[in-house]
Amino acid sequence: MNPIENLNKTFDSRVRLGIMSTLMVNDQINFNDLKQLINVTDGNLASHIKALEENGYIKVNKGFIGKKTNTTYTVTKVGKKAFEQHLAALEKIIKGMK
Amino acid sequence: MDAQNQSLKDLQHIKQMMERSTRFISLSGLSGISAGVCALTGAWFAYSKLSLYNHEHTLFYNKDHGRYIFKDSMSLLINDLLLIASLTFIAAFITAFLFTYLRSKKNGTPLWGTTTFRLFWNTIIPLVAGGLFLLRSIDLEQYGLIAPGCLIFYGLALVNASKYTLGEVRYLGYGQIFIGIINLWMIGYGLYFWAAGFGVLHIVYGLLMWLKYEREASTQPPTISE
Repeated sequence: MNPIENLNKTFDSRVRLGIMSTLMVNDQINFNDLKQLINVTDGNLASHIKALEENGYIKVNKGFIGKKTNTTYTVTKVGKKAFEQHLAALEKIIKGMK
Repeated sequence: MDAQNQSLKDLQHIKQMMERSTRFISLSGLSGISAGVCALTGAWFAYSKLSLYNHEHTLFYNKDHGRYIFKDSMSLLINDLLLIASLTFIAAFITAFLFTYLRSKKNGTPLWGTTTFRLFWNTIIPLVAGGLFLLRSIDLEQYGLIAPGCLIFYGLALVNASKYTLGEVRYLGYGQIFIGIINLWMIGYGLYFWAAGFGVLHIVYGLLMWLKYEREASTQPPTISE
């Protein structure tokens, strides 16, 4: 089977890869930190977050710090597994290069 | 091979994002150099103070401690040395902060974020423990332990901090611990070891880091399209 077929289409975008990579190594992260890390506009980031959320890969937690909203994100078990499979597929493709 | 190159780039991007989100990467090599220069300047001041006092051989017999001490001039000397040490630390901290602040502005990463807090917390624990140890050493008049104590605890703080910032900081930490431990068996030469560790090692480390990461203009993080 062609290993490219094992790649997860949801992770096609750099922004989504960025969000998932960050969440894999951090327990949780809020919108502003994520925005600064990935270096994208609010709207762009929000749409990619929504796509990941709809796939069940990340969980949105709405909270407050004082009166300000503080939305944080965590990766779900499904998301973790999907990302690990995606990583494995990427590695397989690279190994095929030799 | 397009798919393979793309995969390689994706993996590099993933690795970079993981590092950027967990480590404080704005630490500038120039900070190391400036801290080292401050340390050497401080050591030079301390050295001239010490050589000055050595000429005043006014020994007093202290009954409480059962030995000869440089009464009065000794406590004055300690006050002066503590003042020099504090000023050196403040100058080193301010200049180091300044260069790191400039770098974080240049590459667009926030200075005060989760990664900074984590780095700060993990550095401060060994430093506070070491600071208390040194204050008590002064109380007990174990002055010979001050320089090696500074070096060893600072080295441990760096090794601990290296998990939360540029990994190379670990080697600077090993160097400080190594110099500090040698100093433990050469008590009395503390100022030289102190200058070697805080001065020379910082400058060498800072220079290497600057050459590795900052000399080229390519420190800008890639902007992500899509």
